[in-house]
Amino acid sequence: MSEIQKALMKRILVLDGAMGTMLQRYNFNEEDFRGERFKNFHKSVKGNNDLLSLTQPQAIAQVHAKYFEAGCDIVETNTFSGTTIAMADYGMEDLVNELNFESARIAKEVADEFTNKEPHKPRFVAGAIGPTNKTASMSPDVNDPGFRAISFDELRVAYKQQAEALIDGGVDILLVETVFDTLNAKAALFAIDEIKEERNIEIPIMVSGTITDASGRTLSGQTAEAFLISVSHIPLLSIGFNCALGAKQLTPHLEAIARRTTLAVSAYPNAGLPNAFGEYDESPDQMAEQIREYLDKKLINIIGGCCGTTPEHIRAIAKIASDFSPRSINFNSQVTV
Amino acid sequence: MAEIDLEIKVPRYLKLSGLEPLVITPESNFINVGERTNVAGSKKFLRLIKEGNFEEALSVARHQVEGGAQIIDINMDDGLIDGKEAMVRFLNLVMAEPDISKVPVMIDSSKWEIIEAGLQVVQGKCVVNSISLKEGEADFIHHAKLIKRYGAAVIIMAFDETGQADNYERRIEIAKRSYDILVNMVKFKPEDIIFDLNIFPVATGMDEHRKNAIDFIEATRWVKQNLPHCSVSGGVSNVSFSFRGNDTVREAMHSVFLYHAIQAGMNIGIVNPAMLEVYDNIPKDLLDRVEDVMFDKRDDATERLLDFAETVKQTSKERTVDLSWREEPLQNRITTALVKGIDQYIVEDVEEARNSVSQPIEVIEGHLMIGMNVVGDLFGSGKMFLPQVVKSARVMKRAVAYLLPYIEAEKNGVVSSNGRILMATVKGDVHDIGKNIVGVVLACNNYEIIDLGVMVAPEKIISEAKKHNVDVIGLSGLITPSLDEMVFLSKEMQRQEFKVPLLIGGATTSKAHTAVKIDPNYESAVVHVNDASRAVTIVGELLKKKTSVAYKKDLKSDYAEFRTNFLKRQTVKSYTSIEAARRNKFKIDWHASEIVKPNRLGIQTLQDFDLNKLVDFIDWTPFFRSWELHGRYPDILTDEVVGEQATELFEDAQQMLQKIISEKLLTAKAVFGLFEANTINDDDISVKSSEEEFIFRTLRQQSKKAEGRPNIALADFIAPIATEIKDYMGCFCVTAGFGTKELAAKYESELDDYNAILVKALADRLAEAFAEYLHKNVRQVHWGYAADENLSNADLIKESYKGIRPAPGYPACPDHLEKKTIWEILKVNEQIGVALTESLAMWPAASVSGYYFGNPEARYFGLGKIKEDQLRDFAKRKEIEYETARRWLQPNIAE
Repeated sequence: MSEIQKALMKRILVLDGAMGTMLQRYNFNEEDFRGERFKNFHKSVKGNNDLLSLTQPQAIAQVHAKYFEAGCDIVETNTFSGTTIAMADYGMEDLVNELNFESARIAKEVADEFTNKEPHKPRFVAGAIGPTNKTASMSPDVNDPGFRAISFDELRVAYKQQAEALIDGGVDILLVETVFDTLNAKAALFAIDEIKEERNIEIPIMVSGTITDASGRTLSGQTAEAFLISVSHIPLLSIGFNCALGAKQLTPHLEAIARRTTLAVSAYPNAGLPNAFGEYDESPDQMAEQIREYLDKKLINIIGGCCGTTPEHIRAIAKIASDFSPRSINFNSQVTV
Repeated sequence: MAEIDLEIKVPRYLKLSGLEPLVITPESNFINVGERTNVAGSKKFLRLIKEGNFEEALSVARHQVEGGAQIIDINMDDGLIDGKEAMVRFLNLVMAEPDISKVPVMIDSSKWEIIEAGLQVVQGKCVVNSISLKEGEADFIHHAKLIKRYGAAVIIMAFDETGQADNYERRIEIAKRSYDILVNMVKFKPEDIIFDLNIFPVATGMDEHRKNAIDFIEATRWVKQNLPHCSVSGGVSNVSFSFRGNDTVREAMHSVFLYHAIQAGMNIGIVNPAMLEVYDNIPKDLLDRVEDVMFDKRDDATERLLDFAETVKQTSKERTVDLSWREEPLQNRITTALVKGIDQYIVEDVEEARNSVSQPIEVIEGHLMIGMNVVGDLFGSGKMFLPQVVKSARVMKRAVAYLLPYIEAEKNGVVSSNGRILMATVKGDVHDIGKNIVGVVLACNNYEIIDLGVMVAPEKIISEAKKHNVDVIGLSGLITPSLDEMVFLSKEMQRQEFKVPLLIGGATTSKAHTAVKIDPNYESAVVHVNDASRAVTIVGELLKKKTSVAYKKDLKSDYAEFRTNFLKRQTVKSYTSIEAARRNKFKIDWHASEIVKPNRLGIQTLQDFDLNKLVDFIDWTPFFRSWELHGRYPDILTDEVVGEQATELFEDAQQMLQKIISEKLLTAKAVFGLFEANTINDDDISVKSSEEEFIFRTLRQQSKKAEGRPNIALADFIAPIATEIKDYMGCFCVTAGFGTKELAAKYESELDDYNAILVKALADRLAEAFAEYLHKNVRQVHWGYAADENLSNADLIKESYKGIRPAPGYPACPDHLEKKTIWEILKVNEQIGVALTESLAMWPAASVSGYYFGNPEARYFGLGKIKEDQLRDFAKRKEIEYETARRWLQPNIAE
């Protein structure tokens, strides 16, 4: 059993909060994003947060450290858009290997510092693998429902490159997240399974889907249970949901999967629903109170935050989570009920 | 903290997903798989996919889901479809329809590349149908590993390197071996394994089939007890195959079989819910006999069930003689006669009607039209079928013929019609069955039909249309050059400022061709109509004063939109140069290849061939299709929807066939030859006939092929001259058409279109049967390379024989020009009198011509589209003008 599995048997693990929300506080301008290295790059790069791992590495390390200080066990690498597909928007496909490798290395370095300080509470790094900006089972053209902007194979190749660089950079876990099209996630899982076989390694995998609205379905139309069934063919560490909804709205969907799987269940909701200005304004205490319901009902094993959450939110969540025992899990029977 | 150490025991269920989950537990009812989206199982679906009509193909899927299918099986394995592309396109479209994609799909193919392409476009957890140990363990493991990685469940066929499991021991042996490999080596989840243990027919009369049901059931029980967590599935209708045509017995057999198979553990399958009797409702005597057969309880079980089946059949026959309708009021009797197509009493009824009205015309406008309106409504709503309507027309015509002298005597009586329609088969084409059917059906709906017949020159169509001041012009054609004729006519009609709507119909026409190539030439409406029932609605809308203008406008914009979408959506295929295609030719190892010298080289003719010998070779399925009854013979006779009609039509056809044979009304002739042949310059075949050299020019596939797939031309099946190996090929022309025209004309003069069309349809079938017969005879005797072949008629229809007989104008060689070469070599016209029209259609129409290739590796294929470079090369080789070549090959040139 891996270190992380051992930890999961003992307690509820806490995932970090939003990276983007924290980076906004630095108010980086175009020049900051470019740094010395990309001074003369032919395109604007402001907004390419993943690039900051190369141009502002100390800021990224600081954000990781703040989350660890707040009590989290796992931080996510700054690689949400680290595929050739997503990087094409910035013309930075060639940087994919380096971005992922460096992001993983930075996060791992910070994690190791904390583990050394507090050996009783080992810290972990999850390599974040985002959904890309294209969907494999939906058409972007309403007049041509049979059209696809991207194929399974293109996704598989791109995900494989990202996952290999993350592993080379030292991540402990791979996290396929914000899944709004299950077929994209299946391409990522296919690629990871190939890597495991080719390198003869084991690496824990977390999968986190996104229920987009009150319909209770993913953007590609699946119910929570159908989503769970569709990604259960690869051995996973955890399954769960993140983003789009606040903690309160996510509850029924977590219930739907928690009673149907023996895997660990994860959740990292947004800080409520966006207000009229598109800002997330649920306070740390409000959010922690909502999460108490998850804990009372024994729905989860891993808890964190997505859009709008900060180290303050994570601190409140970690505090409340420490009072509860985790939901029962069984890693040996890779079965969903 | 206690619960942390608790081992959670979770049962292992087969779980699938579309947009919604499907969890199959031991408590689940039997899971029914929908199979109408399978080109091998549904003629309709095959046709829709071939036509590229994915819209309607989707509605087939939707109906199945609405009808309760919990999984839909999708299969695109057909020689004439690009299976991979069709699978991907259809699945992509299914994914966009939540009311279909809510259920899991079953990706069904015998080709791994199609399965894998399907797995790559489905987000849910689907089922792969199927893999097996047929090609050995290495392939099996490789595919299973990938299926696992793609996240699907799998059906395992009970098949291994030595063949299909056909007894109890073999079934469990293969199941166990497959299971062990999957679970232990591949680490496949056992709950994701579904066994198809082969359901075979019982009561076939053969001893080795007696245990087929019991072996399946017992093997199912063993598998469920010994191979934990897996499922068992199968296609149930196979078990009752020997009782085709007797639904009472079949339904009972299905129920009994399922009852026991489900108890043994079968939990998934393909069952037609309409072909299932409730187990408890099966009469005791039938139940006993069926169970005796299923469990092989007694030696005479089959005979006893057959005896019972006879009694069931007889009762259904007796029902047909019911004359109670003759007691009803006059209008009811006339309506019934029209609806049922009974002409026995129509004259006396019409006479009675005539005496009841002041003017004889009132009988047509009153009594008869009331009856025909009922026919029209029933046909329009799908409750009556084409053969019935044609019979109704016969009754109507006879009634009108009886009344006409009285109407003329009145002088002022002019029969008013709904409109005047000109119909013609275009220049160079001789096929008219479809056109005649549409004409008859329109006539039933009170349109005046001016039928110019076949091979009608464009000038004549134009001048007759003017002369009769027609309201609609309908053009028909079956062979590809006719498409160009229609394009020409549309331009000519525009030039002469015609305004009447133009209808386009016939086997090679399509909405796509009409929209893209014809509609833009003509300012007024152009409509593609390929079935008779739609023709009535369309003509009605076109001619009704109220709707006409708006309808024509709608048509124009509909066709414009269709055209834009069609052009936009066309898949961009990649092509290779003709040189590259030639380098990638189909390779035969000529030094190892088995080449048989024909027993008799040279040309032979058969004059006045005995039609009796052809009856067993008739493929009936296309016969039903020409009457717009869709389904495979013999299943069509018992089809839920069209079965009754099909049976009646079939009986009429049998009677007509007997009459034709006993009175020698049609004459069949054939000429064929076998020659020395070698391929020269890659694509040409040089043939020697009595020291004279003839050259067949073949065309080569030019679309870019997957690694390892050849670009085939027919020339690849003949040894190249450079090998210095003597090789052979043949060609032939058969006809059963002499006499057809006269016989059909005789029926037409008796106002009997039904029998006129029947004669033509039968002549076509006899010609095809003759081609099949002669090919067999050539294989076994004249060429003799398959002297010991023993194939049933069903095998012949499935083309299981060795060697091929492709026909010019069909997929492997769509070029009609080569017919001229066949005619030169065999002197077809001189020998048997079959002529070629200017469009190279054969006359009489009921004729077939083609080549014989005998190499065991020769196979049918579709040429697909060719590129400019091959076209130029072809024109040069054939020594014809480039423009001529272009005109003839037009439908096959990639744009």
